Amino acid sequence: MNATSSTNPKISLSGVKKAFGRKVVLDGVNLDVAPGESVVVIGGSGTGKSVMLKSILGILRPDSGSIKVDGEEVTRMGASERERINNKFGMLFQGAALFDSLPVWENVAFGILAEKRVNRVEAKEIAIQKLSQVGLISDVADLFPAELSGGMQKRVGLARAICADPEIIFFDEPTTGLDPIMADVINDLIVKVTREVGATALSITHDMASARKIANRVAMLYHGKIIWAGPVADIDHSDNEYVDQFIHGRAEGPIKMAVRA
Amino acid sequence: MNPLAGLQKIGSVFIAFLEAAGKLTTFMVSGISHAVRPPFYPRIILHQMMDIGYYSLPVVGLTAVFAGMVLALQSYTGFARFSAEGAIANVVVLSITRELGPVLAGLMVAGRIGASLAAEIGTMRVTEQIDALTTLSTNPMKYLVAPRLIAGITMFPLLVLVADIIGVFGGYMVAVYKLGFNPSNYLQNTWNFLTFEDVTSGLVKAAVFGFIVTLMGCYHGYNSRGGAQGVGTATTNAVVSACILILSFDYILTEMFFAK
Ligand SMILES: Nc1ncnc2c1ncn2[C@@H]1O[C@H](COP(=O)(O)OP(=O)(O)OP(=O)(O)O)[C@@H](O)[C@H]1O
Ligand SMILES: [Mg+2]
Repeated sequence: MNATSSTNPKISLSGVKKAFGRKVVLDGVNLDVAPGESVVVIGGSGTGKSVMLKSILGILRPDSGSIKVDGEEVTRMGASERERINNKFGMLFQGAALFDSLPVWENVAFGILAEKRVNRVEAKEIAIQKLSQVGLISDVADLFPAELSGGMQKRVGLARAICADPEIIFFDEPTTGLDPIMADVINDLIVKVTREVGATALSITHDMASARKIANRVAMLYHGKIIWAGPVADIDHSDNEYVDQFIHGRAEGPIKMAVRA
Repeated sequence: MNPLAGLQKIGSVFIAFLEAAGKLTTFMVSGISHAVRPPFYPRIILHQMMDIGYYSLPVVGLTAVFAGMVLALQSYTGFARFSAEGAIANVVVLSITRELGPVLAGLMVAGRIGASLAAEIGTMRVTEQIDALTTLSTNPMKYLVAPRLIAGITMFPLLVLVADIIGVFGGYMVAVYKLGFNPSNYLQNTWNFLTFEDVTSGLVKAAVFGFIVTLMGCYHGYNSRGGAQGVGTATTNAVVSACILILSFDYILTEMFFAK
């Protein structure tokens, strides 16, 4: 599975630009994600990875360029059409973004309750089942988000993102803040959701072990552009010194960090 | 400074003002249109009604009882000079139902509810909970703003009705127990002077103030930026703007009702 296959891409970005004031964050991003594919975006902190996901979701409006979901241009959509498109998505936010006025299970079941697919009793059962998939016991269901640790909140966010079985799932740093074992459990879950259920996934991670495990394809964002994209097997011989430096985490190389010794 | 630069400054302030007014209007129209179209969120509406209506009762009640008491005392000291003490019941009931009930209750609840709405929604904004709503098949205007507007518009009149009764009762207490009025005469005077319009005008004002308070709370919270400080600013702006709007709309509505 890769972007050059003849199938129409599930998500297609071309020439997407976004600036905040004078600060250009995305400067012509081109990226295609095929149906059922799992793409991982890597890139330095603050390069605009989260901004890219939010632009696709319509949370941020790109300044120019085109974003297509299932072939439909979404950047100029009205609110009700946007809602219809958003029903296809599940999103794990980098900061979890749980609703702190609702107990954990209602957070997880929020999407299916909103769509009135199930009643509250069934919703709670589903939520508890999803929570167990992310390694949380059913006692957690009745707690409030503020009573959880950071890693637990992240996992609740993950359970919420996958609860409604969306066609497309975005994971913004799914394993950040988790211990190595739990991180691997989450990796397996993401693989399962994409391979078995056939969801299309677009993930952001700084965790190269996770990237190698969950990705079909890796794309690197640098200075507002995708400078390299290729199958995950190729990242060790990408012939791209930026990618090389990044995946090996070297301070020396073409990518300069703005720090003073 | 060259004159053009001055003009430019005035122009940019003016444009910023128009922009803010436009943004608020858009927000208001969207909020109202979501409030009158299904799906509704009865659970949240009920919760907000409790919060705005029931839990504001102590604050509103205390405000009203003291306002009524002070009114009786003040008008007595004033009217005694003209031997017009008989008009006290009249003054108390008209001032409370027409003005002080809605305005004082509105201002007190603006502090309580406007601030908490702005803080709650503002926190949801800066922690991306509002963004999360949109990814979960839920329109934040419909889920967050509409129920609060509905609760504000419906509960304020009820609160003010309670405030009217308690306020008149406060005046009665002072008149009867401190100033030695005859209880049945006082009540008779209160009742005789009161017209239907006095009360309804106050309740209409209350509904408008309820709308203003919840709209300002939601609007400033919804548009807050930049962490804890941004939420703090939103809270302040919500309360200040709600209070100013309440006082200006009080004048406008009074003029509409009574200046014929
Ligand atoms: N709402 C916003 N307003 C202004 N600037 C923003 C906003 N959101 C993001 N930015 C800026 O855009 C840039 C990219 O932010 P983004 O959150 O996408 O980074 P990221 O690649 O996800 O980084 P990290 O790996 O640290 O999460 C940052 O420099 C940030 O300052
Ligand atoms: Mg990020």
